[in-house]
Amino acid sequence: MNTLPQQLANGLFLGSMYGLIAIGYTMVYGIVQLINFAHGEIFMTGGFGALTVYLYVLPNGTSMWIALPAMLIGGGIVSVLIAVGAERFAYRPLRGAPRLAPLITAIGLSLALQQLVFNWYPNAKNDLKFPQLPFGPVHIGSISIQSGSVFVIIAAPLCMAALALFVSLSRTGRAMQATAQDPDTAQLMGIDTNRIIVIAFAIGGFFAAVAAVSYGLRYGTVKYDMGFQMGLKAFTAAVLGGIGNIYGAMIGGLVLGLAETMATSYIDGIPGMQQLGGGGWSSVWAFVLLILVLLFRPQGLIGERVADRA
Amino acid sequence: MTSVLTTGALTLTACGSRDDDKGSDSSKKTTVIIGVDAPLTGQNSATGLGIQGGVQIAVNDANKNNTVPGVTFKVQALDDKAIPAQGQSNATQLVQNEKVLGVVGPLNSGVATQMQQVFATANLVEVSPSNTAPELTQGKNWQTSKSRPFKTYFRTATTDALQGGFAADYAYNTLKKRKVFVVDDKQTYGAGLAKLFKAGFTKAGGKVTGQDHVNTGDTDFSALVTKIKNSKADLVYYGGQYDESEKLTKQLKDGGAKVPLFGGDGMFSDTYIQTAGKTSEGDLATSVGQPVDSLPSAADFIKKYKASGLKGDYGTYGGYSYDAATAIIKAIGNVVKDGKVPSDARTKIVGEVQKTKFDGIAGPVSFDEYGDTTNKQLTVYQVVDGKWKAVKSGTFNG
Repeated sequence: MNTLPQQLANGLFLGSMYGLIAIGYTMVYGIVQLINFAHGEIFMTGGFGALTVYLYVLPNGTSMWIALPAMLIGGGIVSVLIAVGAERFAYRPLRGAPRLAPLITAIGLSLALQQLVFNWYPNAKNDLKFPQLPFGPVHIGSISIQSGSVFVIIAAPLCMAALALFVSLSRTGRAMQATAQDPDTAQLMGIDTNRIIVIAFAIGGFFAAVAAVSYGLRYGTVKYDMGFQMGLKAFTAAVLGGIGNIYGAMIGGLVLGLAETMATSYIDGIPGMQQLGGGGWSSVWAFVLLILVLLFRPQGLIGERVADRA
Repeated sequence: MTSVLTTGALTLTACGSRDDDKGSDSSKKTTVIIGVDAPLTGQNSATGLGIQGGVQIAVNDANKNNTVPGVTFKVQALDDKAIPAQGQSNATQLVQNEKVLGVVGPLNSGVATQMQQVFATANLVEVSPSNTAPELTQGKNWQTSKSRPFKTYFRTATTDALQGGFAADYAYNTLKKRKVFVVDDKQTYGAGLAKLFKAGFTKAGGKVTGQDHVNTGDTDFSALVTKIKNSKADLVYYGGQYDESEKLTKQLKDGGAKVPLFGGDGMFSDTYIQTAGKTSEGDLATSVGQPVDSLPSAADFIKKYKASGLKGDYGTYGGYSYDAATAIIKAIGNVVKDGKVPSDARTKIVGEVQKTKFDGIAGPVSFDEYGDTTNKQLTVYQVVDGKWKAVKSGTFNG
């Protein structure tokens, strides 16, 4: 059996999820030059928001076809509220402060959100079971796609296309580009930059919630600490693609997902590399790739070389 | 002026006499603490809380039956979060408290390696209900020359040396599996178990079609699943805990590989079935001893546990924790007379635990020259209709 197509597919699903979360990092960085390290937790709360809708809002035994949109909206609302709240109360007061200050706030916020969910959400000490789509794996040729992965493979391109259209065609999207280029001049031109920043946080939050629902459907559980590792990987994806560039985030995610999958499946087959391959090493290879890319292309895969701002 | 003084003196006397009353009340009973170290939050906490609960019931019984006259037992439970360094710091904390005369725990073998030395230095007895790594009692070179590293360490669980082999024997001879894919989580427990399973399975004549490792905390196993499917294995053996294996089995079955996952006692937990859902059906796990619910001797324990309002279930090790705590309590009973704790109590208690011999609720309790239990019972469980069901119990001697 040729496993390459299946492994490529595995990498794509994983990478799409990274890409969705990476959008949040990259948009916020592109506009306010802040690495929002609490974004992984915004992703996590989206998963818990969706689960809450399923467990406590919808009547028992609701069909997943009705429940799924409701869960997406519920998770989206929670993530967006937390992302926007974080911007308003944790980051905005520090705008203009040295960059280290909001970075530390971000890390503090990340820990606080994790502990809040851990302590307050019922039974959050264990993995919480996430509802599943009511159909089995889908087979295309020799590739089989788990029901949970079907969702992400549809949702990720849709989200990306919508975002691309929004940024390039709408008035707000163009204002966003202007703010990213130079917030001060944009403000002088009559753009309400505060509003644009809030929108960037909100979009990032919503995409993180979509990723969290994908995560729940794919792995069957959500957990209070799921944001840490996924957030770190998504941040890596954003840097890999060129932080600040929304297409870069998606490409970086896909490259990272593929790299991990390929490392798991093929590196231990290379003579002399048995000790450095397999599932336990996938993250190591992902970071090796990141270092290599940054050595030769410091701006990331498709990031632009930007001159330092005056 | 005088009146003020008088009032003050009266008040003082009153206070004093009340305190004296209290003091004489409690002086009749000496408080002795049984320490517990286990993961009470985070990873493995479902199993860890069962250990705490088992000890609590044993202590309740000892207090109610006045097992040791003049002594009131208390439990001090510390959370090691399954982190070795945290376990070591907990051990230091327990050692420093003079009232602690014995400790039950920890859950994880990896944590135990960091705690043994601390207890040994303080001559404080430690009985683990669940550590299964052979080197804890028989030294690093246990396969060639056994030597006991710490005389204060005991356990009521059988070792991996038997568990891995027992599972291999069952897989080859009962399930008639011939091709196995072995995965482990690189931890002391998981890697050890996988290694011994592999050895046993190949010795019996089976073939290992592939091997891989995962990290604790990993969630995506899709690439690994494809590898397993491609290897055409008819069984997957997993050395590790339920946190990862429950996700592995789900992705394995969803990925179209209809082979059972077989693991050790780290996987044997209700949480495993809850999380993996239907995909766990048919999966197997070995565990030390016999199922507590099937033992008539444990019926009373289960009833008390359920009535106690303790968090969670007694789990895999609740019964063994009860026996571990009972061994310590009995040893204390032989050393502490009329509530008087001798200055060398801890050292004496270690000796008493070594000599202990009684019928515990989970089987006979006594220790060999290495501190290992002499009860070598093991059981294979299988998920049937969403529940762990004991399919084979037996003893295994390698």
